[in-house]
Amino acid sequence: MSGNWAVEAAGLRKSYGKIDVLAGIDLKVPAASVFSLLGPNGAGKTTTVRILSTLLRADGGQARVGGFDVDRQQRDVRRIISLTGQSASVDQLQTGEENLRMTASLAGVSRRDAKRRAQELLERFDLAEAGNRRVATYSGGMRRRLDLAAGLVGRPSVIFLDEPTTGLDPRSRRSMWDVITGLLGEGVTIFLTTQYLEEADQLADSVAVLDGGRVVAEGAPAELKRRVAGQRLDLVFGDDAGYDEGLRLLPGRISTEDRARLTIGVPTDGSAAQVRSLLDEIDPQARLVSSFSVHTATLDDVFLALTGRPAQSGQNENSNETDKETAGV
Amino acid sequence: MSELALSAGTVRPRSRSLATVQDAITMSGRCIRLSSRALDAIITSVMMPVMLMLVFVYLFGGAIKNTTGGDYVNYVVPGVLLLCAGWGGAATAVNVNMDMNGGIVDRLRSMDVGGTAVIAGHVVSSVARNVVSTLIVFGVALLIGFRSDANLMGWLGAVGVLLMFMLAVSWLASVFGLLVQSAEAAGGFSFIMMFVPYVSSAFVPVSTLPSWLRGVAEHQPVTPVIESLRALLNNEPLGNSGWLAVAWCAGILVVSTVLANVLFRKRVA
Repeated sequence: MSGNWAVEAAGLRKSYGKIDVLAGIDLKVPAASVFSLLGPNGAGKTTTVRILSTLLRADGGQARVGGFDVDRQQRDVRRIISLTGQSASVDQLQTGEENLRMTASLAGVSRRDAKRRAQELLERFDLAEAGNRRVATYSGGMRRRLDLAAGLVGRPSVIFLDEPTTGLDPRSRRSMWDVITGLLGEGVTIFLTTQYLEEADQLADSVAVLDGGRVVAEGAPAELKRRVAGQRLDLVFGDDAGYDEGLRLLPGRISTEDRARLTIGVPTDGSAAQVRSLLDEIDPQARLVSSFSVHTATLDDVFLALTGRPAQSGQNENSNETDKETAGV
Repeated sequence: MSELALSAGTVRPRSRSLATVQDAITMSGRCIRLSSRALDAIITSVMMPVMLMLVFVYLFGGAIKNTTGGDYVNYVVPGVLLLCAGWGGAATAVNVNMDMNGGIVDRLRSMDVGGTAVIAGHVVSSVARNVVSTLIVFGVALLIGFRSDANLMGWLGAVGVLLMFMLAVSWLASVFGLLVQSAEAAGGFSFIMMFVPYVSSAFVPVSTLPSWLRGVAEHQPVTPVIESLRALLNNEPLGNSGWLAVAWCAGILVVSTVLANVLFRKRVA
Protein backbone atom coordinates (compact mmCIF):
# COMPACT_ATOMS: atom_id res chain seq x y z
CA MET A 1 0.00 0.00 0.00
CA SER A 2 1.35 3.43 -0.88
CA GLY A 3 0.61 6.39 -3.09
CA ASN A 4 -1.21 9.61 -2.38
CA TRP A 5 -3.91 8.22 -0.18
CA ALA A 6 -4.66 10.08 3.04
CA VAL A 7 -6.46 7.02 4.35
CA GLU A 8 -6.23 3.50 3.05
CA ALA A 9 -7.58 0.36 4.59
CA ALA A 10 -7.46 -3.21 3.38
CA GLY A 11 -9.48 -6.08 4.75
CA LEU A 12 -10.22 -4.43 8.11
CA ARG A 13 -11.98 -6.82 10.44
CA LYS A 14 -13.31 -6.45 13.95
CA SER A 15 -15.60 -8.72 15.96
CA TYR A 16 -17.02 -8.59 19.43
CA GLY A 17 -17.66 -12.16 20.48
CA LYS A 18 -19.51 -13.77 17.62
CA ILE A 19 -20.69 -10.52 16.11
CA ASP A 20 -18.67 -9.31 13.14
CA VAL A 21 -18.81 -5.55 13.33
CA LEU A 22 -16.46 -5.17 10.40
CA ALA A 23 -16.30 -8.07 8.00
CA GLY A 24 -13.32 -6.97 5.93
CA ILE A 25 -13.59 -3.49 4.52
CA ASP A 26 -11.39 -1.74 1.98
CA LEU A 27 -11.23 2.03 1.70
CA LYS A 28 -9.13 4.53 -0.21
CA VAL A 29 -9.42 8.23 0.46
CA PRO A 30 -7.42 10.65 -1.72
CA ALA A 31 -5.56 13.41 0.11
CA ALA A 32 -7.26 16.83 0.29
CA SER A 33 -10.74 15.46 -0.30
CA VAL A 34 -13.90 14.87 1.69
CA PHE A 35 -14.86 11.27 2.17
CA SER A 36 -18.09 10.12 3.74
CA LEU A 37 -18.84 6.77 5.27
CA LEU A 38 -22.60 6.44 4.99
CA GLY A 39 -24.65 3.87 6.86
CA PRO A 40 -27.30 3.18 9.46
CA ASN A 41 -26.67 2.72 13.19
CA GLY A 42 -24.75 -0.43 13.82
CA ALA A 43 -23.24 -0.58 10.34
CA GLY A 44 -19.72 -0.26 11.76
CA LYS A 45 -19.04 3.43 11.04
CA THR A 46 -17.81 4.35 14.50
CA THR A 47 -15.75 1.18 14.76
CA THR A 48 -14.02 2.08 11.49
CA VAL A 49 -13.27 5.61 12.67
CA ARG A 50 -11.95 4.33 15.99
CA ILE A 51 -9.60 1.92 14.27
CA LEU A 52 -8.35 4.56 11.85
CA SER A 53 -7.80 7.07 14.66
CA THR A 54 -5.76 4.50 16.67
CA LEU A 55 -8.26 4.16 19.51
CA LEU A 56 -9.15 0.60 18.68
CA ARG A 57 -7.11 -2.27 17.31
CA ALA A 58 -8.46 -4.20 14.34
CA ASP A 59 -8.60 -7.99 14.52
CA GLY A 60 -7.35 -8.28 10.97
CA GLY A 61 -6.37 -6.29 7.91
CA GLN A 62 -4.28 -3.16 7.84
CA ALA A 63 -4.75 0.55 7.58
CA ARG A 64 -2.58 3.57 6.94
CA VAL A 65 -3.34 7.18 7.70
CA GLY A 66 -1.08 9.78 6.11
CA GLY A 67 1.17 6.89 5.14
CA PHE A 68 1.60 5.69 8.74
CA ASP A 69 0.44 2.30 9.93
CA VAL A 70 -2.32 2.79 12.52
CA ASP A 71 -1.13 -0.15 14.53
CA ARG A 72 2.66 0.10 14.45
CA GLN A 73 3.08 3.87 14.05
CA GLN A 74 0.40 5.03 16.44
CA ARG A 75 2.25 8.12 17.62
CA ASP A 76 2.92 9.34 14.09
CA VAL A 77 -0.73 8.88 13.18
CA ARG A 78 -1.84 10.73 16.30
CA ARG A 79 0.38 13.67 15.42
CA ILE A 80 -1.38 14.33 12.12
CA ILE A 81 -5.02 13.50 12.86
CA SER A 82 -7.84 14.91 14.89
CA LEU A 83 -10.96 13.10 16.00
CA THR A 84 -14.27 14.68 16.87
CA GLY A 85 -16.50 11.92 18.16
CA GLN A 86 -20.20 11.76 18.84
CA SER A 87 -20.02 12.58 22.54
CA ALA A 88 -18.77 15.96 23.70
CA SER A 89 -15.07 16.32 24.33
CA VAL A 90 -15.40 19.83 25.72
CA ASP A 91 -16.06 20.60 29.38
CA GLN A 92 -19.38 22.14 30.32
CA LEU A 93 -17.82 23.98 33.26
CA GLN A 94 -15.08 25.62 31.21
CA THR A 95 -15.62 28.52 28.85
CA GLY A 96 -15.24 28.03 25.12
CA GLU A 97 -11.91 29.82 25.18
CA GLU A 98 -10.59 27.81 28.12
CA ASN A 99 -11.49 24.59 26.36
CA LEU A 100 -9.65 25.64 23.21
CA ARG A 101 -6.57 26.86 25.06
CA MET A 102 -6.41 23.65 27.03
CA THR A 103 -6.61 21.53 23.88
CA ALA A 104 -4.02 23.72 22.16
CA SER A 105 -1.59 23.24 25.06
CA LEU A 106 -2.11 19.49 24.89
CA ALA A 107 -1.33 19.65 21.18
CA GLY A 108 2.04 21.15 22.07
CA VAL A 109 1.24 24.75 21.20
CA SER A 110 3.02 27.27 23.42
CA ARG A 111 1.01 29.21 25.98
CA ARG A 112 1.07 32.48 24.10
CA ASP A 113 0.22 30.93 20.75
CA ALA A 114 -2.53 28.86 22.36
CA LYS A 115 -4.31 32.04 23.36
CA ARG A 116 -4.02 33.49 19.88
CA ARG A 117 -5.15 30.31 18.22
CA ALA A 118 -8.13 30.00 20.51
CA GLN A 119 -9.22 33.51 19.51
CA GLU A 120 -8.79 32.76 15.82
CA LEU A 121 -10.84 29.62 16.05
CA LEU A 122 -13.59 31.24 18.10
CA GLU A 123 -13.96 33.99 15.52
CA ARG A 124 -13.84 31.61 12.65
CA PHE A 125 -16.54 29.35 14.11
CA ASP A 126 -18.81 32.23 14.99
CA LEU A 127 -18.24 31.77 18.71
CA ALA A 128 -16.27 34.93 19.47
CA GLU A 129 -19.03 36.43 21.57
CA ALA A 130 -19.66 33.20 23.43
CA GLY A 131 -15.96 32.57 24.03
CA ASN A 132 -16.06 33.78 27.62
CA ARG A 133 -19.21 31.88 28.52
CA ARG A 134 -19.26 28.42 29.99
CA VAL A 135 -20.10 25.69 27.50
CA ALA A 136 -23.08 24.70 29.67
CA THR A 137 -24.85 27.79 28.29
CA TYR A 138 -24.22 26.87 24.62
CA SER A 139 -26.81 25.49 22.21
CA GLY A 140 -26.27 22.03 20.72
CA GLY A 141 -24.99 23.51 17.48
CA MET A 142 -22.54 25.87 19.22
CA ARG A 143 -21.23 23.02 21.31
CA ARG A 144 -20.58 20.92 18.22
CA ARG A 145 -18.78 23.79 16.51
CA LEU A 146 -16.60 24.29 19.57
CA ASP A 147 -15.85 20.59 19.66
CA LEU A 148 -14.83 20.70 16.02
CA ALA A 149 -12.73 23.82 16.63
CA ALA A 150 -10.95 22.06 19.50
CA GLY A 151 -10.03 19.33 17.05
CA LEU A 152 -8.29 21.85 14.82
CA VAL A 153 -5.94 23.53 17.28
CA GLY A 154 -3.10 21.15 16.43
CA ARG A 155 -3.48 21.75 12.68
CA PRO A 156 -4.26 18.15 11.73
CA SER A 157 -4.00 17.07 8.12
CA VAL A 158 -6.59 14.29 8.44
CA ILE A 159 -9.78 15.18 10.28
CA PHE A 160 -12.16 12.47 11.46
CA LEU A 161 -15.73 13.57 12.20
CA ASP A 162 -18.00 10.89 13.60
CA GLU A 163 -21.61 11.88 12.84
CA PRO A 164 -20.99 15.61 13.19
CA THR A 165 -24.64 16.61 12.78
CA THR A 166 -26.65 13.79 14.36
CA GLY A 167 -29.21 15.24 16.74
CA LEU A 168 -28.91 18.80 15.42
CA ASP A 169 -31.90 20.74 14.14
CA PRO A 170 -31.90 21.48 10.38
CA ARG A 171 -30.56 25.01 10.79
CA SER A 172 -27.64 24.00 13.02
CA ARG A 173 -26.96 21.16 10.63
CA ARG A 174 -26.67 23.57 7.76
CA SER A 175 -24.32 25.85 9.65
CA MET A 176 -22.21 22.81 10.55
CA TRP A 177 -22.05 21.95 6.86
CA ASP A 178 -20.81 25.48 6.12
CA VAL A 179 -18.13 25.08 8.75
CA ILE A 180 -16.99 21.75 7.33
CA THR A 181 -16.99 23.07 3.78
CA GLY A 182 -14.90 25.99 5.05
CA LEU A 183 -12.14 23.60 6.10
CA LEU A 184 -11.51 22.65 2.51
CA GLY A 185 -8.98 24.21 0.24
CA GLU A 186 -6.31 23.96 2.92
CA GLY A 187 -5.08 20.59 1.82
CA VAL A 188 -6.78 18.78 4.70
CA THR A 189 -8.56 15.50 4.27
CA ILE A 190 -11.93 15.07 5.95
CA PHE A 191 -13.27 11.65 6.81
CA LEU A 192 -16.82 11.90 8.09
CA THR A 193 -19.51 9.42 8.95
CA THR A 194 -23.18 10.09 8.56
CA GLN A 195 -26.58 8.47 8.46
CA TYR A 196 -27.90 11.07 6.06
CA LEU A 197 -27.64 10.67 2.32
CA GLU A 198 -28.27 14.37 1.92
CA GLU A 199 -25.28 15.18 4.12
CA ALA A 200 -22.93 12.94 2.18
CA ASP A 201 -24.33 14.46 -0.99
CA GLN A 202 -23.70 18.02 0.19
CA LEU A 203 -20.21 17.52 1.56
CA ALA A 204 -18.43 14.52 0.14
CA ASP A 205 -16.30 14.03 -2.95
CA SER A 206 -16.61 10.30 -2.52
CA VAL A 207 -18.87 8.05 -0.50
CA ALA A 208 -18.75 4.49 0.72
CA VAL A 209 -22.00 2.92 1.88
CA LEU A 210 -21.47 0.65 4.87
CA ASP A 211 -24.01 -1.97 5.86
CA GLY A 212 -23.58 -4.84 8.27
CA GLY A 213 -19.81 -4.34 8.39
CA ARG A 214 -19.32 -4.38 4.62
CA VAL A 215 -18.91 -1.71 1.98
CA VAL A 216 -21.92 -2.27 -0.26
CA ALA A 217 -21.29 0.59 -2.66
CA GLU A 218 -18.80 3.35 -3.27
CA GLY A 219 -18.29 6.24 -5.61
CA ALA A 220 -19.06 9.90 -6.08
CA PRO A 221 -22.43 10.98 -4.65
CA ALA A 222 -23.75 11.68 -8.15
CA GLU A 223 -22.98 8.14 -9.24
CA LEU A 224 -24.71 6.71 -6.20
CA LYS A 225 -27.73 8.86 -6.72
CA ARG A 226 -27.98 7.80 -10.34
CA ARG A 227 -28.20 4.25 -9.07
CA VAL A 228 -30.71 5.12 -6.40
CA ALA A 229 -32.77 7.91 -7.93
CA GLY A 230 -32.74 11.04 -5.86
CA GLN A 231 -36.40 11.11 -4.90
CA ARG A 232 -39.29 8.88 -4.03
CA LEU A 233 -42.84 9.40 -5.21
CA ASP A 234 -45.41 8.18 -2.70
CA LEU A 235 -48.77 7.33 -4.26
CA VAL A 236 -51.73 7.15 -1.91
CA PHE A 237 -54.62 5.06 -3.23
CA GLY A 238 -58.27 5.62 -2.50
CA ASP A 239 -59.10 2.07 -1.42
CA ASP A 240 -57.78 -1.48 -1.13
CA ALA A 241 -58.83 -2.38 -4.65
CA GLY A 242 -56.94 0.60 -6.04
CA TYR A 243 -53.90 -0.31 -3.94
CA ASP A 244 -53.91 -3.86 -5.32
CA GLU A 245 -54.28 -2.48 -8.82
CA GLY A 246 -51.26 -0.25 -8.14
CA LEU A 247 -49.18 -3.20 -6.96
CA ARG A 248 -50.13 -5.05 -10.14
CA LEU A 249 -49.29 -2.12 -12.44
CA LEU A 250 -45.88 -1.27 -10.96
CA PRO A 251 -43.94 -4.53 -10.89
CA GLY A 252 -40.22 -4.13 -10.16
CA ARG A 253 -40.49 -0.41 -9.65
CA ILE A 254 -41.78 -0.33 -6.08
CA SER A 255 -39.35 0.84 -3.39
CA THR A 256 -41.74 0.94 -0.41
CA GLU A 257 -45.21 -0.42 0.23
CA ASP A 258 -47.50 0.34 3.14
CA ARG A 259 -50.91 -1.30 2.96
CA ALA A 260 -52.16 0.29 6.17
CA ARG A 261 -51.76 3.70 4.59
CA LEU A 262 -52.60 2.47 1.08
CA THR A 263 -49.27 3.96 -0.03
CA ILE A 264 -46.79 2.76 -2.64
CA GLY A 265 -43.39 4.43 -3.07
CA VAL A 266 -41.70 4.60 -6.48
CA PRO A 267 -38.23 6.03 -7.29
CA THR A 268 -38.37 9.21 -9.34
CA ASP A 269 -36.19 12.14 -10.30
CA GLY A 270 -38.86 14.43 -8.93
CA SER A 271 -39.58 16.19 -12.22
CA ALA A 272 -43.15 17.17 -13.02
CA ALA A 273 -42.87 15.44 -16.38
CA GLN A 274 -41.97 12.14 -14.84
CA VAL A 275 -44.64 12.34 -12.15
CA ARG A 276 -47.28 13.23 -14.75
CA SER A 277 -46.33 10.45 -17.12
CA LEU A 278 -46.29 7.93 -14.27
CA LEU A 279 -49.75 8.97 -13.13
CA ASP A 280 -51.02 8.90 -16.71
CA GLU A 281 -49.61 5.46 -17.14
CA ILE A 282 -51.15 3.77 -14.12
CA ASP A 283 -54.21 5.93 -13.55
CA PRO A 284 -55.34 7.56 -16.79
CA GLN A 285 -58.90 8.10 -15.54
CA ALA A 286 -57.71 9.67 -12.25
CA ARG A 287 -59.76 7.34 -10.09
CA LEU A 288 -57.16 5.10 -8.35
CA VAL A 289 -54.65 7.56 -6.87
CA SER A 290 -56.15 10.00 -4.39
CA SER A 291 -52.99 11.97 -3.55
CA PHE A 292 -49.20 11.86 -3.88
CA SER A 293 -46.10 13.36 -2.36
CA VAL A 294 -42.44 13.54 -3.36
CA HIS A 295 -39.73 12.85 -0.76
CA THR A 296 -35.97 13.12 -0.87
CA ALA A 297 -34.62 9.59 -1.05
CA THR A 298 -33.83 8.34 2.41
CA LEU A 299 -31.13 5.99 3.44
CA ASP A 300 -33.79 3.31 3.32
CA ASP A 301 -34.31 3.90 -0.37
CA VAL A 302 -30.57 3.79 -0.97
CA PHE A 303 -30.25 0.53 0.86
CA LEU A 304 -33.21 -0.95 -0.83
CA ALA A 305 -31.80 -0.02 -4.19
CA LEU A 306 -28.27 -1.16 -3.38
CA THR A 307 -28.93 -4.31 -1.44
CA GLY A 308 -32.45 -5.27 -2.43
CA ARG A 309 -33.53 -5.30 1.21
CA PRO A 310 -34.30 -2.71 3.86
CA ALA A 311 -31.42 -1.44 6.00
CA GLN A 312 -30.83 -3.37 9.20
CA SER A 313 -31.72 -2.22 12.70
CA GLY A 314 -33.68 0.80 13.84
CA GLN A 315 -31.75 3.41 11.93
CA ASN A 316 -34.83 5.49 11.33
CA GLU A 317 -35.21 7.07 14.76
CA ASN A 318 -33.35 10.18 13.81
CA SER A 319 -33.16 10.05 10.06
CA ASN A 320 -34.39 13.16 8.36
CA GLU A 321 -36.97 11.30 6.35
CA THR A 322 -39.67 13.73 5.40
CA ASP A 323 -37.26 16.63 5.37
CA LYS A 324 -38.40 17.97 2.04
CA GLU A 325 -41.93 17.25 1.04
CA THR A 326 -43.96 18.56 -1.79
CA ALA A 327 -47.66 18.23 -1.28
CA GLY A 328 -49.80 16.35 -3.72
CA VAL A 329 -53.21 16.68 -5.34
CA MET B 1 -6.29 35.38 4.43
CA SER B 2 -6.82 31.69 4.08
CA GLU B 3 -8.88 30.60 6.98
CA LEU B 4 -6.99 27.62 8.26
CA ALA B 5 -3.61 29.33 8.10
CA LEU B 6 -3.59 29.46 11.88
CA SER B 7 -0.43 30.84 13.46
CA ALA B 8 1.85 28.51 11.60
CA GLY B 9 4.89 26.79 12.99
CA THR B 10 3.88 26.78 16.63
CA VAL B 11 3.54 23.06 17.16
CA ARG B 12 6.90 21.71 18.17
CA PRO B 13 7.79 18.08 18.64
CA ARG B 14 8.29 17.26 22.32
CA SER B 15 10.11 14.46 24.02
CA ARG B 16 7.91 11.87 25.69
CA SER B 17 8.77 12.84 29.26
CA LEU B 18 8.59 16.59 28.64
CA ALA B 19 5.20 16.11 26.99
CA THR B 20 3.96 14.12 29.98
CA VAL B 21 4.99 16.85 32.43
CA GLN B 22 3.53 19.65 30.30
CA ASP B 23 0.31 17.74 29.70
CA ALA B 24 0.02 16.95 33.42
CA ILE B 25 0.29 20.68 34.17
CA THR B 26 -2.35 21.50 31.56
CA MET B 27 -4.67 18.78 32.86
CA SER B 28 -4.14 19.95 36.45
CA GLY B 29 -5.18 23.46 35.46
CA ARG B 30 -8.29 22.02 33.83
CA CYS B 31 -9.25 19.87 36.81
CA ILE B 32 -8.67 22.67 39.30
CA ARG B 33 -10.90 24.97 37.24
CA LEU B 34 -13.59 22.29 37.04
CA SER B 35 -13.35 21.57 40.78
CA SER B 36 -13.49 25.20 41.78
CA ARG B 37 -16.69 25.62 39.75
CA ALA B 38 -18.47 22.61 41.21
CA LEU B 39 -19.53 24.41 44.34
CA ASP B 40 -21.86 21.69 45.60
CA ALA B 41 -19.03 19.16 45.62
CA ILE B 42 -16.82 21.52 47.64
CA ILE B 43 -19.55 22.08 50.20
CA THR B 44 -20.18 18.34 50.64
CA SER B 45 -16.48 17.62 51.02
CA VAL B 46 -16.24 20.13 53.88
CA MET B 47 -19.63 19.53 55.50
CA MET B 48 -19.19 15.82 56.05
CA PRO B 49 -15.97 15.93 58.10
CA VAL B 50 -17.14 18.99 60.06
CA MET B 51 -20.42 17.28 61.00
CA LEU B 52 -18.58 14.12 61.99
CA MET B 53 -16.16 16.08 64.12
CA LEU B 54 -19.01 17.82 65.91
CA VAL B 55 -20.79 14.49 66.42
CA PHE B 56 -17.71 12.86 67.89
CA VAL B 57 -16.69 15.76 70.10
CA TYR B 58 -20.11 16.70 71.44
CA LEU B 59 -22.19 13.50 71.24
CA PHE B 60 -19.72 10.65 71.77
CA GLY B 61 -16.84 12.65 73.23
CA GLY B 62 -18.12 12.53 76.80
CA ALA B 63 -18.33 8.75 76.75
CA ILE B 64 -15.07 8.18 74.86
CA LYS B 65 -12.74 10.55 76.64
CA ASN B 66 -12.24 8.22 79.62
CA THR B 67 -10.42 5.79 77.33
CA THR B 68 -8.24 8.36 75.54
CA GLY B 69 -7.21 10.49 78.51
CA GLY B 70 -6.71 14.23 78.14
CA ASP B 71 -8.97 16.38 76.01
CA TYR B 72 -10.91 14.25 73.51
CA VAL B 73 -10.96 17.04 70.95
CA ASN B 74 -7.17 16.86 70.78
CA TYR B 75 -7.40 13.10 70.32
CA VAL B 76 -10.05 13.12 67.60
CA VAL B 77 -9.01 16.06 65.39
CA PRO B 78 -6.07 14.25 63.72
CA GLY B 79 -8.50 11.41 62.91
CA VAL B 80 -11.04 13.83 61.49
CA LEU B 81 -8.40 15.57 59.38
CA LEU B 82 -7.43 12.23 57.95
CA LEU B 83 -11.03 11.23 57.32
CA CYS B 84 -11.52 14.55 55.55
CA ALA B 85 -8.47 13.89 53.36
CA GLY B 86 -9.62 10.35 52.57
CA TRP B 87 -13.17 11.42 51.81
CA GLY B 88 -12.05 14.28 49.61
CA GLY B 89 -9.46 12.17 47.81
CA ALA B 90 -12.02 9.45 47.14
CA ALA B 91 -14.07 11.86 45.02
CA THR B 92 -11.30 11.53 42.43
CA ALA B 93 -12.74 8.12 41.52
CA VAL B 94 -15.96 9.73 40.27
CA ASN B 95 -14.18 12.49 38.37
CA VAL B 96 -11.85 10.07 36.63
CA ASN B 97 -14.70 7.73 35.78
CA MET B 98 -16.75 10.55 34.28
CA ASP B 99 -13.86 11.46 32.01
CA MET B 100 -13.43 7.87 30.94
CA ASN B 101 -17.09 7.57 30.01
CA GLY B 102 -17.25 10.95 28.29
CA GLY B 103 -16.05 12.09 24.89
CA ILE B 104 -12.92 13.71 26.24
CA VAL B 105 -10.99 10.49 26.71
CA ASP B 106 -11.20 9.74 22.97
CA ARG B 107 -9.97 13.21 22.12
CA LEU B 108 -7.12 12.89 24.62
CA ARG B 109 -6.07 9.47 23.41
CA SER B 110 -6.21 10.53 19.78
CA MET B 111 -3.93 13.45 20.74
CA ASP B 112 -1.50 11.05 22.35
CA VAL B 113 -2.03 12.43 25.85
CA GLY B 114 -0.97 9.60 28.17
CA GLY B 115 -2.78 8.14 31.15
CA THR B 116 -0.22 9.43 33.64
CA ALA B 117 -0.82 13.04 32.59
CA VAL B 118 -4.60 12.64 32.70
CA ILE B 119 -4.62 11.01 36.15
CA ALA B 120 -1.99 13.39 37.51
CA GLY B 121 -4.28 16.27 36.58
CA HIS B 122 -7.09 14.78 38.64
CA VAL B 123 -4.78 13.98 41.55
CA VAL B 124 -3.23 17.44 41.69
CA SER B 125 -6.64 19.08 41.68
CA SER B 126 -7.82 16.60 44.32
CA VAL B 127 -4.91 17.55 46.59
CA ALA B 128 -5.56 21.25 46.01
CA ARG B 129 -9.25 20.77 46.83
CA ASN B 130 -8.32 18.81 49.93
CA VAL B 131 -5.91 21.43 51.21
CA VAL B 132 -8.73 23.97 51.10
CA SER B 133 -11.27 21.74 52.84
CA THR B 134 -8.71 20.59 55.42
CA LEU B 135 -7.95 24.21 56.29
CA ILE B 136 -11.65 24.88 56.79
CA VAL B 137 -12.08 21.76 58.94
CA PHE B 138 -9.01 22.71 60.91
CA GLY B 139 -10.43 26.19 61.46
CA VAL B 140 -13.60 24.69 62.91
CA ALA B 141 -11.46 22.39 65.08
CA LEU B 142 -9.71 25.45 66.56
CA LEU B 143 -13.09 27.05 67.21
CA ILE B 144 -14.29 24.09 69.22
CA GLY B 145 -11.20 23.97 71.36
CA PHE B 146 -8.47 22.04 69.56
CA ARG B 147 -5.05 23.17 70.73
CA SER B 148 -1.70 21.98 69.45
CA ASP B 149 1.63 21.81 71.24
CA ALA B 150 3.49 21.23 68.00
CA ASN B 151 6.70 23.05 67.18
CA LEU B 152 7.59 24.13 63.64
CA MET B 153 9.01 20.72 62.75
CA GLY B 154 5.86 19.10 64.05
CA TRP B 155 3.68 21.33 61.89
CA LEU B 156 5.75 20.73 58.79
CA GLY B 157 5.72 17.01 59.48
CA ALA B 158 1.94 16.98 59.92
CA VAL B 159 1.40 18.90 56.69
CA GLY B 160 3.77 16.51 54.91
CA VAL B 161 1.98 13.42 56.22
CA LEU B 162 -1.40 14.79 55.21
CA LEU B 163 -0.23 15.77 51.72
CA MET B 164 1.32 12.36 51.23
CA PHE B 165 -1.86 10.64 52.36
CA MET B 166 -4.02 12.81 50.07
CA LEU B 167 -1.74 12.00 47.16
CA ALA B 168 -1.85 8.25 47.81
CA VAL B 169 -5.62 8.12 48.34
CA SER B 170 -6.34 10.25 45.27
CA TRP B 171 -4.21 8.07 43.03
CA LEU B 172 -5.72 4.92 44.48
CA ALA B 173 -9.17 6.41 43.89
CA SER B 174 -8.21 6.98 40.26
CA VAL B 175 -7.45 3.28 39.91
CA PHE B 176 -10.89 2.53 41.28
CA GLY B 177 -12.46 5.05 38.90
CA LEU B 178 -10.70 3.40 35.95
CA LEU B 179 -11.75 -0.05 37.09
CA VAL B 180 -15.51 0.40 37.48
CA GLN B 181 -17.96 1.06 34.68
CA SER B 182 -20.16 3.83 36.03
CA ALA B 183 -19.86 7.01 38.06
CA GLU B 184 -22.33 5.58 40.59
CA ALA B 185 -20.05 2.61 41.20
CA ALA B 186 -17.05 4.94 41.43
CA GLY B 187 -18.88 6.80 44.18
CA GLY B 188 -18.63 3.60 46.22
CA PHE B 189 -14.97 4.36 46.87
CA SER B 190 -16.04 7.26 49.09
CA PHE B 191 -17.86 4.76 51.27
CA ILE B 192 -14.77 2.64 51.63
CA MET B 193 -12.63 5.63 52.47
CA MET B 194 -15.16 6.82 55.00
CA PHE B 195 -15.40 3.45 56.68
CA VAL B 196 -11.72 2.54 56.84
CA PRO B 197 -10.74 5.17 59.47
CA TYR B 198 -13.36 3.72 61.84
CA VAL B 199 -11.37 0.51 62.07
CA SER B 200 -8.27 2.37 63.21
CA SER B 201 -7.20 4.59 66.06
CA ALA B 202 -8.94 7.60 64.48
CA PHE B 203 -11.81 7.91 66.94
CA VAL B 204 -11.07 5.44 69.72
CA PRO B 205 -7.84 3.82 70.93
CA VAL B 206 -7.20 0.51 69.22
CA SER B 207 -6.90 -1.15 72.63
CA THR B 208 -10.64 -0.77 73.19
CA LEU B 209 -11.52 -2.90 70.13
CA PRO B 210 -12.31 -6.63 70.30
CA SER B 211 -9.10 -8.60 69.80
CA TRP B 212 -9.85 -9.88 66.27
CA LEU B 213 -10.59 -6.35 65.08
CA ARG B 214 -7.59 -4.98 66.90
CA GLY B 215 -5.31 -7.02 64.66
CA VAL B 216 -6.87 -5.43 61.58
CA ALA B 217 -6.85 -1.94 63.03
CA GLU B 218 -3.23 -2.09 64.12
CA HIS B 219 -1.96 -3.24 60.76
CA GLN B 220 -4.01 -1.25 58.30
CA PRO B 221 -2.34 1.72 56.60
CA VAL B 222 -4.60 4.41 58.07
CA THR B 223 -3.50 3.74 61.66
CA PRO B 224 0.19 4.69 61.33
CA VAL B 225 -0.84 7.79 59.36
CA ILE B 226 -3.18 8.87 62.14
CA GLU B 227 -0.70 7.98 64.85
CA SER B 228 1.99 10.07 63.15
CA LEU B 229 -0.38 12.97 62.68
CA ARG B 230 -1.47 12.82 66.32
CA ALA B 231 2.09 12.52 67.60
CA LEU B 232 3.27 15.43 65.45
CA LEU B 233 0.36 17.74 66.34
CA ASN B 234 0.38 16.92 70.05
CA ASN B 235 4.17 16.96 70.30
CA GLU B 236 4.43 13.35 71.39
CA PRO B 237 7.09 10.79 70.44
CA LEU B 238 6.61 9.53 66.89
CA GLY B 239 7.86 5.99 67.44
CA ASN B 240 8.02 3.97 64.23
CA SER B 241 4.61 5.10 62.98
CA GLY B 242 6.29 7.87 60.96
CA TRP B 243 8.26 5.45 58.85
CA LEU B 244 5.34 3.08 58.56
CA ALA B 245 3.11 5.91 57.33
CA VAL B 246 5.66 6.98 54.71
CA ALA B 247 6.16 3.38 53.59
CA TRP B 248 2.43 2.72 53.24
CA CYS B 249 1.74 5.92 51.34
CA ALA B 250 4.73 5.49 49.04
CA GLY B 251 3.75 1.87 48.38
CA ILE B 252 0.15 2.75 47.58
CA LEU B 253 1.32 5.59 45.35
CA VAL B 254 3.73 3.46 43.34
CA VAL B 255 1.30 0.56 42.86
CA SER B 256 -1.56 2.92 41.98
CA THR B 257 0.50 4.87 39.47
CA VAL B 258 1.49 1.71 37.64
CA LEU B 259 -2.00 0.23 37.78
CA ALA B 260 -3.67 3.44 36.65
CA ASN B 261 -1.35 3.67 33.67
CA VAL B 262 -2.05 0.08 32.63
CA LEU B 263 -5.81 0.43 33.12
CA PHE B 264 -5.94 3.67 31.16
CA ARG B 265 -4.24 2.00 28.22
CA LYS B 266 -6.40 -1.13 28.38
CA ARG B 267 -9.68 0.61 28.77
CA VAL B 268 -11.70 1.02 25.62
CA ALA B 269 -14.47 3.43 26.43
